[in-house]
Amino acid sequence: MYQFNFQPVLANLDLLIHGAWLTVKLSLMAMMLGLIVSVLGAVAKTSGIRPLRWVADIYVEVIRNTPFLVQIFFIFFGLPAAGISLSPNVAALVALVVNVGAYGTEIIRTGIESIPRGQVEAGRALGLSPVQIFRYVIMVPALRNIYPSLTSQFIYLMLTSSVVSVISANDLAAAGADLSARTFANFEIYLVLTIMYFLLALGFSTLFAGIRRIFFSYPASR
Amino acid sequence: MIRAFSSADLFFIISAVRWTLILSVIAFLGGAVGGMVVALARTAQGGMRRRVAAAFIQVFQGTPLLMQLFLVYFGLAVIGLPIDPLLAATVALTLHASAYLGEIWRGAIEAVPSGQTEAATALSLSYIDRMRYVVLPQAMRLATAPTVGFLVQLIKGTSLASIIGFTELTRAGQIINNATFKPFLVFGTVAALYFILCWPLSLLARRIEARMRLAVTR
Repeated sequence: MYQFNFQPVLANLDLLIHGAWLTVKLSLMAMMLGLIVSVLGAVAKTSGIRPLRWVADIYVEVIRNTPFLVQIFFIFFGLPAAGISLSPNVAALVALVVNVGAYGTEIIRTGIESIPRGQVEAGRALGLSPVQIFRYVIMVPALRNIYPSLTSQFIYLMLTSSVVSVISANDLAAAGADLSARTFANFEIYLVLTIMYFLLALGFSTLFAGIRRIFFSYPASR
Repeated sequence: MIRAFSSADLFFIISAVRWTLILSVIAFLGGAVGGMVVALARTAQGGMRRRVAAAFIQVFQGTPLLMQLFLVYFGLAVIGLPIDPLLAATVALTLHASAYLGEIWRGAIEAVPSGQTEAATALSLSYIDRMRYVVLPQAMRLATAPTVGFLVQLIKGTSLASIIGFTELTRAGQIINNATFKPFLVFGTVAALYFILCWPLSLLARRIEARMRLAVTR
């Protein structure tokens, strides 16, 4: 009969909580940078400029059809061969941004294409500048339309970030792996880790619901 | 000892594709059975069944696949079974697929207009007949594109089995990279092989989706 032993986990809970904080920081940074990459990618995809569209197409297809694990190996082990050496933490962030950027590009592109052309024309007729049109007529309504899919992609990113522990970047999964190597209470540790990730996912989805209420609520809801 | 990257290494990597495929197929078939149970429970009348299915989906969609793999891997020892990477990977991926397919199919079942179910009930069809002849055939059409899309996610997910020590495509790449230290070439090849597996499926999913949209707007 298996003897459960939660003592090592409870005694080192502070290490795991610190790891969770690192995962939160890493995910938030990847989300923000990823959002920028996604907007740029979506603009490239919807622009009339052919070569730009091709580059964006290739980027999105390659990233979406290969595993994150292989992408992070390629960035961490492969790029130094090309003269670009990254520390594990930086490589982890770059890999996450590159990954979420591809999914985000596709999501935001759908949002941009959901804006009826008439609205852009109406903006022009009202004398808005191209920048104002892009910001108020296209981006804000587009983001409002795709907000649920974008934020669930972000939560998925946070869960995926557990994989960065394989290149010894610091995060919650790495803190757990460390503890597991020292105490051998493997099952108990991973049970607690899984619960912590679940709580993080709940936390992020609460956060996103709050942001939505503050920034994306209509004066009069449709 | 670091040696040169040879055609034998390339062959080793390519032949590891079969383990990625075997894992994907087993997880998909197991996930199809599990997903159908989850989807039916989630759309059933009984409150208890619905809640259990909802909790199952939420747990598996709210935690990392990597943690699920580790939990099953170490969990085998807890229930007294020998620790086996292949067994752990197939069990974890099957549970994972059950939750995602269950959620996709729940959506498809609920998208079938309720008038269909009511008409079938009025014709005094049993629950099984109603599902089999009325609801599921219509739901299946709606579910095809996201199901194929999930298959891509599942194939990519099998790469995580390498972390618990199962030698599939990604692990084969790691082994060869450790011996030859040609990471650019090795992981480039591994990525290309995944791309060859996944891209046609992605295109297929997109085409089915486009056709469905056309059918809806017409």
